Amino acid sequence: MDAPFIEFRDVKKAFGERSIYDGLSLSVRRGETLTIVGGSGSGKSVLLKMLIGLLKPDSGAILFDGVDVARASEEELLPVRRRISMLFQGGALFDSMSVSGNIAYPLRVQGLLGEDAIAARVGEVLSEVGLSGSEALSPDELSGGMKKRVALARAIASKPEVVLYDEPTTGLDPITTRRIVELISAIHERAKTTAIVVTHDLASAFFVSSRVAMLSERRTSMVLPVEEFRRSSDPAIREFISAMPMAEVAP
Amino acid sequence: METTYGSIRGASGKIAYVFEYAGGVFELMGRALKLVVRGKMAGAMERKAIIEQIESIAIRSLSIVVLTAIFSSMVMTVQFAVQLARFGAKEYVGNVVSLSLVRELGPVLTALMVGGRVGAGISAELGSMNVTEQIDALRSMGADPIQKLVVPRILATTLMLPLLTTLANALGVAGAMLTARLDSGVHLSYFYHSILQAVTVQDFVGGLIKTLLFGFVLSAIACYQGLITRGGTQGVGRSTTQTVVITSVVTLISDFVFTKVLLEFGM
Ligand SMILES: Nc1ncnc2c1ncn2[C@@H]1O[C@H](COP(=O)(O)OP(=O)(O)OP(=O)(O)O)[C@@H](O)[C@H]1O
Ligand SMILES: [Mg+2]
Repeated sequence: MDAPFIEFRDVKKAFGERSIYDGLSLSVRRGETLTIVGGSGSGKSVLLKMLIGLLKPDSGAILFDGVDVARASEEELLPVRRRISMLFQGGALFDSMSVSGNIAYPLRVQGLLGEDAIAARVGEVLSEVGLSGSEALSPDELSGGMKKRVALARAIASKPEVVLYDEPTTGLDPITTRRIVELISAIHERAKTTAIVVTHDLASAFFVSSRVAMLSERRTSMVLPVEEFRRSSDPAIREFISAMPMAEVAP
Repeated sequence: METTYGSIRGASGKIAYVFEYAGGVFELMGRALKLVVRGKMAGAMERKAIIEQIESIAIRSLSIVVLTAIFSSMVMTVQFAVQLARFGAKEYVGNVVSLSLVRELGPVLTALMVGGRVGAGISAELGSMNVTEQIDALRSMGADPIQKLVVPRILATTLMLPLLTTLANALGVAGAMLTARLDSGVHLSYFYHSILQAVTVQDFVGGLIKTLLFGFVLSAIACYQGLITRGGTQGVGRSTTQTVVITSVVTLISDFVFTKVLLEFGM
C-alpha cells in the first residue's frame, strides 16, 4: 500500500490554556471520502484549517502529499492551497462581490483561465448546485441555504484535487441536502477527488463516504469503514448514532 | 503596595502593547512596500482593486473634506481679521490665513477627516471580513490578503490624500477670500495678491509631502487594526472606534515630527 495522501501525525493543538488536540493521528488515502464526526466544539473545523495551514499545530506533523504543512511558510503553502479547497462552515462568501465574482475569484487567483472560460465555468458550477441564473445576486440577497450552495460552488470551481467540506448540508432542507450529497459523491466519482467531510448528518455521511472518523477525547478515537461504523457496538458510536434520527433512514 | 504594583504592571502592559502594535503596523508597511517594489500590484485583479478603493475613498470623504475646509478657513478668517485689526494690520489676513491653510490646516484637517471616515471604513471592512472568515477563505485559495486587500487600500489612500488636500486648500482659500471680503471688506484682488506673496511653491509642496506620509501611515494603521480584529460584530465596533482614536493621535504627533523634518529641508 502506498503512503497516505494526507496524514496527521501526533498533532497537538491548544488555544491558550484550552487543549483541543492531544496526539491526533489520522490518515486519508488518495481518492477516498472520509467523514469526520464529533461533538460541537470538538475541533473539527480546526482540523480542516490546520490541513491548509490557516492554523498551526503546536507540535506534530501534517503531511500533504509529502509536504509538511505544519512547518511550511505562507509561500510554501501556496501550491498546497491551490490543490486543496475548502467549503467554510459559515460559507465565508466575500460580501463585497456578487455570486459570480465569488465563484470566479479562486479561478482568477490561479490565473489559468481567460475571462470567457471563467464565466462558462461559473455558469456550470452554479447549475450543478441548482442556482442557475443567480450570477448577479449579492451574498446579502441570498438565503442561508443558497449561501451554502454558492460557497460549495466556489469550492469546487477550480476542480481541486482535495475538497474539505465543513458541514456542507447543515441548515438545508431535505431535498437540497439530498441534492448536495449526491453532488458531492458525483464529483468524487467523476474526478477521483479526495474529500474530507465534516458533518453531523450521519445519513449523508454514510451515503458519501468510504470511512468515518470519530473525534473524542482530543483525538480521533475511531476510524472505521462505513459499514463497520454503522454496525459497531462500541458504546460511544452507538450513543452518537442513536442521537441522530437521520441515521436510520440512510440509503 | 498591591495597587501600586498592579498599576505598574498595568502600565508596563500598555507600553508593551503600544510597542507590539507599532511593530505590527511597521511590519505591515514593510510587506506592503515590498509587494509594490516587486511589481506584484500590476496585475489585472490588483489594478481593479486599487481603482475600486480610489472610488470608495472619493465617495466616502469628499463631502466631509469640502465642508471642513470651507468652514474652518472661514472661521479662521473671521478670527484673524479681528485680532489683526487691533494692530491695524487687517489687510494681512490673506497672508496669514492662506499660509496656515496650505502649510498646516489643509493637510492636518484633511488627514484627520479622512482618517476618521476612510480609516474607520477600512477597519470595519477588513475587521468584518476577518470575523466572518472571509480572510481565511482568501488565504485558503492561495491568495495573499496583504496583496489583495491591504495594499490597494494603502495605495489608494496615499494617492488620494494629497489630491483631497489640494482640493481642501483651494476651497479653503476661496472661502477665506469671500469671508474676508464680506466680513472685513478686504478686496478680492488684494487678498489674491497677498496669497501670491505669502505662499511659495515650497509651502505647498511641503504640505503635500506631509499628506503623502499621513495617507500611508493612517491607512496602514486602519488595515492593521482590521486584520487583528477578533470577537464578532462587537469586536468590529471596537476596532472601528480604536482606528479613529489611533489615527487622530498619530496624525497630530507625526505632524509635529514631519513638520520639523521638512523645515530642515527648507519646506
Ligand atoms: N482561532 C481560534 N482561536 C481561539 N480558539 C479557537 C479558534 N478556533 C477554534 N477555537 C476553539 O477551538 C474549539 C474547537 O473549535 P471548532 O470550530 O474546531 O469546533 P467544531 O468541532 O468545528 O464545532 P462545531 O461542530 O460547532 O462547528 C472551540 O472551543 C473553539 O472555541
Ligand atoms: Mg465547526
